Amino acid sequence: MTETGASGKLVHPQRRFGDYIENALPKVVLGPTLLCALIFVYGFILWTGWLSFTDSRLLPRYELAGFVQYVSLFQNERWWTALGNLAIFGGLFIGVCLVTGLLLAILLDQRIRAEGFLRAIYLYPMALSFIVTGTAWRWILNPGLGLQNLVRQLGFESFTFDWIVTPGMSIYTVVIAGAWQSTGFVMALFLAGLRGVDDAIIKAAQVDGASSTRIYTSIIIPSLRPVFFSSLIILSHIAIKSFDLVMALTGGGPGFSSDLPATFMYTFAFNRNQIGLGAASAMIMLMTVVAILVPLMYAETRRGHHGR
Amino acid sequence: MADGHHTQTAGSHRVGRIVIYALLVVFALYYLMPLFVMVTTSLKTLDDIRTGNLISLPREISFDAWIKAWSSACSGVSCNGLKGNFINSVSFVLPAVAISTLIGAFNGYVLTMWRFRGSDVLFTLLLIGCFIPFQVVLLPMAQTLGYLGIANSIPGLIFVHVVYGLAFTTLFFRNFYVTVPPDLTKAARIDGAGFFTIFWRIILPLSPAIIVVSVIWQFTQIWNDFLFGVVFSSGERQPITVALNNLVNTSTGVKEYNVDMAAAIIAGLPTLFVYIVAGKYFLRGLTAGAVKG
Repeated sequence: MTETGASGKLVHPQRRFGDYIENALPKVVLGPTLLCALIFVYGFILWTGWLSFTDSRLLPRYELAGFVQYVSLFQNERWWTALGNLAIFGGLFIGVCLVTGLLLAILLDQRIRAEGFLRAIYLYPMALSFIVTGTAWRWILNPGLGLQNLVRQLGFESFTFDWIVTPGMSIYTVVIAGAWQSTGFVMALFLAGLRGVDDAIIKAAQVDGASSTRIYTSIIIPSLRPVFFSSLIILSHIAIKSFDLVMALTGGGPGFSSDLPATFMYTFAFNRNQIGLGAASAMIMLMTVVAILVPLMYAETRRGHHGR
Repeated sequence: MADGHHTQTAGSHRVGRIVIYALLVVFALYYLMPLFVMVTTSLKTLDDIRTGNLISLPREISFDAWIKAWSSACSGVSCNGLKGNFINSVSFVLPAVAISTLIGAFNGYVLTMWRFRGSDVLFTLLLIGCFIPFQVVLLPMAQTLGYLGIANSIPGLIFVHVVYGLAFTTLFFRNFYVTVPPDLTKAARIDGAGFFTIFWRIILPLSPAIIVVSVIWQFTQIWNDFLFGVVFSSGERQPITVALNNLVNTSTGVKEYNVDMAAAIIAGLPTLFVYIVAGKYFLRGLTAGAVKG
């Protein structure tokens, strides 16, 4: 200890240079990442924003053309279908995942034998890609040889379940497959939340003679608010970004009846050579994310400051 | 009287337990059903598929569909199976996971042990990268990869996945290192240990668990990615997810569901394997990401 201090005084000028390096080093290490974020996140958002105000088609052009792309975007029937589908898919997907996830977590929290095993079963779909999930469900839901055929073989001759090939219904199959994949995750979040609830409060309520239903509805579930918030944030994020699942399950079809904004953007920007329109739809997606997530996160952090 | 009351509650308690277990088992069967269907379908012959049904077992087990999916199924114009795409995926996923985890570890170290004025703001700016819908960067990135001469290449995919994975890996390590007592590094600093010495001698030995979490998270994300793969690569260079989707959508005469299912399992096997081997860490990654959203 004293030796280093002494030698430090001896080589004073070098030490100062060393200090300088030492001070700069953390910034140098963090630098590349920050530069990447600055260019590839923020810069690219501006770039896409600029493109959305041009009339770029096959190749990007940079002369500004005003709001033409946004006007034609919102005159595009397919875009409205995609937005409507996002509302249907987002609402149902989030609702089903939250309700089923909470239910499974509460059931698993009843001192269940083989809890770990069951948990692993509910959660494994999360390890699969949406492409694999979509491929599997596409086979299960196909009317010819899948579920419909199975139920008919069981004796219900007139059973019909052909949503996946029915315009207006195919978006609901995306909900089925999406919820299958993501519910386990929500379950895991809720289960962690349940394990964190203060036992003393529950014991006190039991002593007061409160029924277990009452304990759940008025003590435990309200205390899971933070988990609801983070699940909501994650699920809405998944819903808005949903692309792979639709591509694998329905391909956006029949026709474009199960399109989502993400598949719309891909189709127009990369298959139909409508770069300007694709950029405009991407910007609307970004704004949707901001419009939904910012209030949610704001509410969560505010509650974090005052609540606990 | 008291006895009768007692048996009644014990009875209703037992009924309650049975209902709980029944519900849990029904849900478990529902979650397992697609996996069961995938595996049995992949082992059937096409005849077996046509005459049987979704949940019937294969009359005789046949691996033909697996062999075809691996080496000769058609996806798009080429008919070489998924073999090449599987190798593609391995060859960009592994470097991308390693690089993004390493940089993330250093970032997390700086953001907790070597904080400087403004470093918290920079961290927040970085975090926002987790939330943007990637559609908003696709067009510029396609141009940029072209300028850099790495369009439609393995290095191009590594680059993209590292760039957009950094926010997550940094978040993991930063949130983990925040819990390390600062005295640990302060003492070392007074002893004259430098930036890299402290990292190497003190921080890294504390980190195996969080490294595993980060590696599993990144591996799952990048292996399962479809969006970057489908936009930034084509033909022979495509990752396995894209090739699987093409294979399923390639219609040459008869639809071979058994080959589709074998291909889907092949594409899902690496991440499923990781989940089975290291499920605990898998869950920790998911929830660690969830803490901050």
